Amino acid sequence: MAHIQLKNVTKKFGNHTALRHLDLDIADGEFFVLLGETGAGKTTTLRIIAGLEKPTEGQVLIDGVDVADWGAAERDVALVLQQYSLYPRYTVRQNLEFPLKSKLRRVPDAEIAERVARVAKTLRIEHLLERKTDKLSGGEMQRVSIGRAIVRKPRVFLMDEPLSALDAKLREALRTELKNIQMNLGQTFLFVTHDQIEAMSMGDKIGVLNHGHLVQTGTPNEIYNNPKNTFVARAVGSPPMNLIDGKLVSGRAVMAPLNFELPYEGAANGNVEGRALTFGIRPEDLVVESGAPVEAKVHDVENHGVEKILTLRVGDAMLRATVPAQTHLAIEDAVRFSWNPEKVVLFDQKSGNSLKHAG
Amino acid sequence: MAAVQTSGEKALNRVAIVAVLVITLIFLAPIYWIVSTSFKPRNLSTTIPPTIVFTPEVSPFVKLFTKRSQLREPPTAEEYAAAPWWERMVFDGGEKVVRDGKGNVQWSAYPNRFMNSLIVAITSTVLAVSMGTITAYGFSRFRVKGEADMLFFILSTRMLPPVVVAIPMFLMYRAVGLNDTHWGLIILYTAFNLSFSVWLMKGFIDEIPKEYEEAALVDGYTRMEAFFKIVIPEAATGIAATAVFCFITAWNEYAFALIMTNRRAQTAPPFIPSQVGSGLPDWTVIAAGTFLFLLPVAIFTFLLRNHLLRGMSFGAIRK
Repeated sequence: MAHIQLKNVTKKFGNHTALRHLDLDIADGEFFVLLGETGAGKTTTLRIIAGLEKPTEGQVLIDGVDVADWGAAERDVALVLQQYSLYPRYTVRQNLEFPLKSKLRRVPDAEIAERVARVAKTLRIEHLLERKTDKLSGGEMQRVSIGRAIVRKPRVFLMDEPLSALDAKLREALRTELKNIQMNLGQTFLFVTHDQIEAMSMGDKIGVLNHGHLVQTGTPNEIYNNPKNTFVARAVGSPPMNLIDGKLVSGRAVMAPLNFELPYEGAANGNVEGRALTFGIRPEDLVVESGAPVEAKVHDVENHGVEKILTLRVGDAMLRATVPAQTHLAIEDAVRFSWNPEKVVLFDQKSGNSLKHAG
Repeated sequence: MAAVQTSGEKALNRVAIVAVLVITLIFLAPIYWIVSTSFKPRNLSTTIPPTIVFTPEVSPFVKLFTKRSQLREPPTAEEYAAAPWWERMVFDGGEKVVRDGKGNVQWSAYPNRFMNSLIVAITSTVLAVSMGTITAYGFSRFRVKGEADMLFFILSTRMLPPVVVAIPMFLMYRAVGLNDTHWGLIILYTAFNLSFSVWLMKGFIDEIPKEYEEAALVDGYTRMEAFFKIVIPEAATGIAATAVFCFITAWNEYAFALIMTNRRAQTAPPFIPSQVGSGLPDWTVIAAGTFLFLLPVAIFTFLLRNHLLRGMSFGAIRK
């Protein structure tokens, strides 16, 4: 159990700055997901918390204690990686025992056996215990990896894209399993991923990283409905939020260079009138119906079973809309659409920041 | 690979097999020559054309291991009858085994020189491989200032033909009293092999994902423990390959051994040919000495063959 804080952490590798003035607060027992693209600094953040890298600047606190001088072993964190996280040449049992056999912990043999048995049961890997790790499938390997983390009862679990190398079905299954484990253990998890679906579905809180900057932290709902800027709007959600440039003219959204108008009902605080804006609207808040104000051509139809995702062509821009699966539309059909005016998010066109967050 | 072969492929396969056989025979011919000569009676060792069919005998080995002197006159019948079977072979060659005052057989210097070779080659191999592994690990895992320059410097020590420094080395060794000592040769061979060992091991260690050790660090082990528990077993293949190369270099080294040693620490390579010069050359004894000298490398390589097969295909240690 632990409360983790990063204060003003900067990490440089030679000339390359991986993290800039990062502040992060992960509450005790929280499932925190760091979301970002490759090279955003997710793994670096994790390694700094684990004690595998030293920050160039700033502090790491675990339960309020500055751990700058603590080695990886003393921090008592557990690490699960995307791959190479199991010791080769060892059996599954030896892998699970390995952290308990450290001189640092001195766990008695009987307890080691008991703990390994319990973890193997929880993760349903009992039948694999005597197998060598190179004889395991990807999913089994990650199960064992998670097991090796749990068996230690660490203060924090650090997971670096543990599901990314697995196929889709397995990823989904392990996602649920991992979330359950976390809820049962009630421990602090820091989970790093580039997959926004993982972030949305597992996280109590999400932190969005971009080029070493923490752009926004919040619950999945906050991040999804109220992105701080256009970067977050694009990063979270699949398909991402539609972003259309335009202006507010007397309570109506007037798009330019796309030439159409839609009503706007949000509270327009300050002198928003006439300012260059970007309107953000989620695909599920675009409404396709006859009689709607704007005309578009169907560019593409993706059938997802529960729903269809339309790509609409307006001028030379593409907008995405989700429609019920029963909707029958063919490519190049002409359709009309509008939006849910309450769900529109306004961004400043120049800075990309949400007006709501700015003030 | 195609499961079904066309007749063209079959023919090509046969040609390849024949070619491999011919090349193998060419390479094995000198070895056959040495081995067969070491079992020949002396009078057959220099016949032209060479004798292929003969009754093998072990007299060359008896002579190799004993100190002998020329007989002025043939042994008496009693002497001959009293002698053990192997001593008679020496009598048959017109020589006698030298004994000390108490009648103990005097050994030749060969076993001693052979031991010297083993001591020097094994110790220098162990040193070169272990120091090389640790150095390579450091270069592989840590950000070292001037890493590229240092690695180049290490490599550059091999660019100079070693014999060029033989005379200065000899003078230095004489000054510090290292000539004709085991340690003298061990230090020399370790120095020769170290750069090679560092480079080879760096390649192997670079191939081992550092995630393994980091997992061990996080799991509560020190870097030393992680190195011995995780890195060394993973690098075993590379260590075996490097050890074979270092051992062969040290075992076969001739020039420095000839210059730096003469008695106490002399290794087998300079000793074996030195036997040519005493009296008429007995090629069978030289061949016997050479044959035995070939064995350790063959055995060592054979024992490590599984590691070597994987180790020689550098960079392919992961499945």
